Amino acid sequence: MEAEAHIAVRKNRMSVLARCNAGRLQELWDRLGLDPAHKTLRGPESGLVMLRGRVGGTGEAFNLGEATVTRASVRLEDGSVGHAMALGRDGAKARLSAIIDALCQNLETAALIDAEVVAPMQEELDRADETRRQQTAATRVDFFTMVRGED
Amino acid sequence: MYVAVKGGEAAIDNAHRLLADRRRGDRSVPALTLDQIAEQLALGVDRVMSEGSLYDRRLAALAIKQARGDLIEAVFLVRAYRTTLPRFGYAEPVDTGAMLIERRVSACYKDLPGGQLLGPTFDYTHRLLDEELDGDAEVGPGRLRMGAEEPVSRIADILGAEGLIEEDLDPSPLDEPGDINQTPMEFPLSRAMRLQSLSRGDEGFLLALGYSTQRGYARSHPFAGEIRIGEVEVEVCSPELGFAVPVGRVQLTECQMVNQFKGSAKAPPQFTRGYGLIFGQSERKAMAMALCDRALRAEELGEDIVAPPQDQEFVISHCDNVQATGFVEHLKLPHYVDFQAELGLVRSMRAEHAEPRDESLPDMKEAAE
Repeated sequence: MEAEAHIAVRKNRMSVLARCNAGRLQELWDRLGLDPAHKTLRGPESGLVMLRGRVGGTGEAFNLGEATVTRASVRLEDGSVGHAMALGRDGAKARLSAIIDALCQNLETAALIDAEVVAPMQEELDRADETRRQQTAATRVDFFTMVRGED
Repeated sequence: MYVAVKGGEAAIDNAHRLLADRRRGDRSVPALTLDQIAEQLALGVDRVMSEGSLYDRRLAALAIKQARGDLIEAVFLVRAYRTTLPRFGYAEPVDTGAMLIERRVSACYKDLPGGQLLGPTFDYTHRLLDEELDGDAEVGPGRLRMGAEEPVSRIADILGAEGLIEEDLDPSPLDEPGDINQTPMEFPLSRAMRLQSLSRGDEGFLLALGYSTQRGYARSHPFAGEIRIGEVEVEVCSPELGFAVPVGRVQLTECQMVNQFKGSAKAPPQFTRGYGLIFGQSERKAMAMALCDRALRAEELGEDIVAPPQDQEFVISHCDNVQATGFVEHLKLPHYVDFQAELGLVRSMRAEHAEPRDESLPDMKEAAE
C-alpha cells in the first residue's frame, strides 16, 4: 500500500515537471538554493516515442504517430537515482527534473520540494485547466423549446 | 553510348541562396518568429504535425517557416528530421475518454451527457473577411461559465447498452499492433496499421475519398456520432521505474462516425463505426479519416467491394503525401537518356506509319478501319 502511494506521489510530481514551463521551474528551483552534486547516468538525450490510440477509443491499440521526448537520469552522491522524461526537446529541463526526482527519494527533501516547487506549479497548471474548462463550458449549447401557443 | 555528365554545382548553390533570399522576402518586414507561427498559424502547425507524423509544435513551426508556408514541403522536412532521432519506445494507448475537452459535438443526440460544446470553431461564422485583422486590434479572452465539471460520455456508451452499436473491445491486449514505420507494407493490412497510415495521410486525399463515399461510391450512411478535440495525457512505460511515467499532454481530434449496417450471417443489424484520430485540431481530417476507415472495413463486414475507397491497396498506397510528392516530383529530374530512347522509338514508329500500305493485305486494312 505504502509503495503504491509513493509511486502515485512520484508519478504526479513527474506529471507536473513534464508539463510545467521550463522558465518557471528554474525560477522556483533557484529560490530553494539547492545544488546537489550529481553524476549523469544518461542524457539528456532527445528521441521519439510512438504514441498509441485505441480503435474506437476503447478497442485494440494502434500506433498513432511519434512525438519528440527528452530523457535524463542522474545519481546523487548518496546513491539515489532520479529519472525524467518529457515531451519536447528541452535537455536542461529534463536534467533538472531528474535531479528533483532523485532528491525526492529522501522524504524530507521531497516534502520541501513538493511544497515549494511542485505545489505552486501544479496550482498554476490546474488553474489554467479550469480556465480552459470554463471557456469551453461557455460555448455549450443550451437548447430551448419554442412555445407553441396552442393552449 | 551514354557519357556521364556532371554540372550545375554553382547553379544549385546560387539557387539555394536565392531561395533563402526569397524566403526572407522584403527585409523591411519583420521576420516571422516560431512563436508567432505556433500561436497564430496553429492549425497549419497541426497539419504538419499530423501528416509529418511527429508531435512537436516548434519543429513543425520551424518546418513551415523553412518551407515558406508550403505545408507538404514542411511535412517532408519533419519526416526527414524524424529519421535522425532514436526511437525510445512506445507510449501507453491514450485514453480519449479522459480528454480535457475543448470541443465536443454530436450530430446524433442533442442532449447527450456533457452537452454540445462548440469550442473554438469556424462553424456558424459567416465566412466574411474581417478587415480588422489587417491590423492588430485588441482581442478579448473567451468568456467563462462557472459550474461543476460534468462527465462527457461517448456515443457508444449510449447506444451500446441496447446492443445497437458494435462494441470496440481489445480482444488481445498483449498483442503488439503493427507499425508501418518498422515493417514493409503488405496487403491486406490490419485495421490498426490502416489507422496509422490514415492518421498521417494527406488531408486533401482523405477528404476527397471520404466525400466520394458520401456521393455514392461505397455508400455507408454516416452520422457524425461524436467529434471531440482536446488534450490527453501521455504515459510511457519505464523499465527502470517499473511504472508508466507521465510525459505531458498532446492535443488530439477524435471522430466517431456511426454508420448503418444491414447485418450479415454473423452479426445482427446494428450501427457500425468508423474511427478517426489525428494529431492537433483538425476535425475535417478526423471525419474524413473515419469515413475512409469505415469504407475500408468492407471485407470484414461482408460488403461488396465496388469503389476505390474500399480498396486498401488504392487508399493506403496513395494517402501519403511525402511518397506521392516524391514520385510525382521526380519527373522533373533529368530523364535525358530515357527521353532519348523514347525519341528514337517515336521516330521509328512515325517512319513505319508513313510507309505506303501494302495493298495485298486487305483484311488487315479493313480491321484497322
